Amino acid sequence: MLSFILPRVAGLPGMARRSVSVMERNITALKSAYWFVFIAGLLEPLMYLLSIGVGVGALIGDLTLPDGKVVDYATFVAPAMLSSSVMTGALAETTYNFFSKMKYAKLYEGMLATPLRPIEIALGELGWAMLRGAVYSAAFLAIMVAMGMTTAPRALLAFPAALLAGLAFGALGMAFSTFMRSWEDFDLVGSVQFALFLFSGTFVPADVYPALLRWLIEVTPLYRVVHLVRGITMGEADPVVLIDVAYLLAALLLGLVIAGRRMSRLLYR
Amino acid sequence: MGPLHPVLAALEFHLVGYRRTWRGSVFSSFLLPLLTVLSFGVGVGRFVDGGVDGVSYLDWIVPGMIASTALQTAVAESTWPVLSRFEWIRAYHSQIATPLRVGDVLGGQVAFTLFRVLVNTSVFLAVAAAFGALRSPWALAALPAALLVGIAAALPTIAFSASVTREHFLILLYQFAIIPMTLFAGVFFPVDLLPEALRWLAYVSPLWHGVDLCRAATLGVAPDWSAAGHLLYLAGWVAVGWPVAHLRFRRRLIS
Repeated sequence: MLSFILPRVAGLPGMARRSVSVMERNITALKSAYWFVFIAGLLEPLMYLLSIGVGVGALIGDLTLPDGKVVDYATFVAPAMLSSSVMTGALAETTYNFFSKMKYAKLYEGMLATPLRPIEIALGELGWAMLRGAVYSAAFLAIMVAMGMTTAPRALLAFPAALLAGLAFGALGMAFSTFMRSWEDFDLVGSVQFALFLFSGTFVPADVYPALLRWLIEVTPLYRVVHLVRGITMGEADPVVLIDVAYLLAALLLGLVIAGRRMSRLLYR
Repeated sequence: MGPLHPVLAALEFHLVGYRRTWRGSVFSSFLLPLLTVLSFGVGVGRFVDGGVDGVSYLDWIVPGMIASTALQTAVAESTWPVLSRFEWIRAYHSQIATPLRVGDVLGGQVAFTLFRVLVNTSVFLAVAAAFGALRSPWALAALPAALLVGIAAALPTIAFSASVTREHFLILLYQFAIIPMTLFAGVFFPVDLLPEALRWLAYVSPLWHGVDLCRAATLGVAPDWSAAGHLLYLAGWVAVGWPVAHLRFRRRLIS
């Protein structure tokens, strides 16, 4: 693995510049009808927050957490909605869009005619996914502060956490995409994503689940993100958040390595 | 073609294709709504003290999910598949080259959509029964109600998909119409919790009408609004949707 990464990292300035060009292409493409879809993506977590956080929250009232703390339901749900939208956005960008570009638009084959190398394409696309996630996260955090679900300093701290989550999911998504052969495989992404969305401590604390299921949930990425972000926005982060950060960094690294290798194999045929 | 009605011939096309792809759809169209019921009905339901309108949150949410599943299945079948059959696969163009008329091609699409809605909602209803969420013999009436929601949602969506050439529009349809509908039309919380100014948006949506009908059916209570009113409204969507879809199909297939 090191022999794969080190030569690339050593050539960093050139590599960084080339990766950024890949990122820039996406920004330019945004000027077409794509921007409306981009804006629309901001709405989805907000709608979930209003519907489940506020609507269902009116049925629940205040939630008593396992440690005894009482919190308003919307405040409990909001960080989970943020985490989930970061996941969905990153995965959509690095599975669906990435796959289209690679297989059908043959975009990357065109890019390889330039000095770009596959790992730089991977980094550029990941950078774009993160940029998009950053815009959504910032907007959602601002709304959370406005609705009194967190304080501004905590929101500022939650922002880099959301970025890290976006990077981790993006890298995992890209790695997965390099194994997909046809559109049917995407059903799996959407389904796994939705299952994670339902059970990762998003709507109820994970403690309500039986022990075996609980432990399974604890190793899934969305739960780690929710735990991290909720710990920050609700101001009660325990040392386990350090494990969350380590987990996400590991996922990011793993995804990048796999994606880089697989892309070389797929594009240099 | 013999005595077989042309629409059935078109339907056969879809069914044969489905034989190859049904496994993928089992997970997304059935297991996911089931997981939603588990996560919300059982998980969140634990925290809803006293239930809603006198029944447990689980029992209250199930009929909403049945109507919502019908809607989601109908819309899913009426967006990308229709666009792809016009733009990329050109299946409709092949169909129209046969003695099939525009109405038959459209009819085949609608019939297949209804088939999928029927299968998904039947299975869901069976699972609901297993959970003990069906409290009345009227519960079987949820099935035709769900079918009506399905066709009421499918036809305008088919018309829309037939009039666009790029999938961006379908994504926008989901973001601005479908997702808000599934979140705010009384599936997860009663519509009267919405501020009065926004309530009418829920009332206009076909989903709310279906939800109210299904809930009345499975819980054995009177619907919030008149059942006849619901049925007429949904039939209205069908009555307007069909000619518009037909026109769109005609424009694209017969130049």
